[in-house]
Amino acid sequence: MLRMYRLRLIIQLISCGLMNPRVGNFLTGKIYRGDLKNFCTPGLNCYSCPAAIFVCPIGALQAVGGAANFKFSFYVAGFLLLVGVFLGRAICGFMCPFGLFQELLYKIPVPKLKLWRPLIYVKYFVLIIFVLILPATLTNYAGTGAPFFCEYVCPAGTLEAGLPLILTHAEFRNILGELFTLKVSILILTITGSLTVYRFFCRVLCPLGAIYGLLNRYSIYSLKFDEKLCTNCGRCSKICKMNVAPNSQKISAECIYCGECEKVCPSGAIKINFGGKN
Amino acid sequence: MKKTFAIILTAVIFIWYGIERGEVPIILKKAVNICLECIGLG
Repeated sequence: MLRMYRLRLIIQLISCGLMNPRVGNFLTGKIYRGDLKNFCTPGLNCYSCPAAIFVCPIGALQAVGGAANFKFSFYVAGFLLLVGVFLGRAICGFMCPFGLFQELLYKIPVPKLKLWRPLIYVKYFVLIIFVLILPATLTNYAGTGAPFFCEYVCPAGTLEAGLPLILTHAEFRNILGELFTLKVSILILTITGSLTVYRFFCRVLCPLGAIYGLLNRYSIYSLKFDEKLCTNCGRCSKICKMNVAPNSQKISAECIYCGECEKVCPSGAIKINFGGKN
Repeated sequence: MKKTFAIILTAVIFIWYGIERGEVPIILKKAVNICLECIGLG
């Protein structure tokens, strides 16, 4: 049976390309304005990225949540539930351009650190406060709210959209201020974190990872652990860069189904596929 | 499996309801213009 994780890097690159095909726009400074922007991309990919042709679901959640006549987006929530229940955090592991960016940074040979585990809960705070509550509640005189996560946190937007557009638009360079300094600082923190901690942003700050992680236990693409075959060698836990214990009956919200544990298991106790469940 | 199916059904209903009440044009309008907040200009 074909194991998807063997093709993981290829799938990641293809996904990145499918979400961002308009590479020429990096030179012109234009963004795609066509009908495909009615649809969300499953991964974190800024819709102001010149190459992007779909909509970031987190940006879209905030756009509707901050609208005067809506406070929550059922359309985007439904999309996230639908893709999340099929793939869970395999979307993070296979289809997210910003996840790929962090993995490539981690390959650079610098000393590696272990993430302090309580930090993985920060992303749920980011999701609830910055993505859901603030755009809907902190509104202006017209009743509209700002996309707080995009505006104050998201390093993907800074990297994919902010920096390229500032290079091609002189009028933007003239109005750079403290907010841009904050966004670049967060990007630098993310890059530094990703050099030393595997998928630092995914684990600590990503609200999309938080959503898909909550759906991991229900997802159709999943990890199946067979206790009867397990020899308790511990190789799976040792190799897991997301600090998950795959030899557990409970499916972790941190697992991105990279497949390293299945590859290293000597007894075939771990299987990752569609319909796999403990 | 029942919970998975319930989530799929909920998702489909949410998507339909969101389209019906007019959320998609809001998303499109936001996405086809450069988001100054997203790029750090406020």
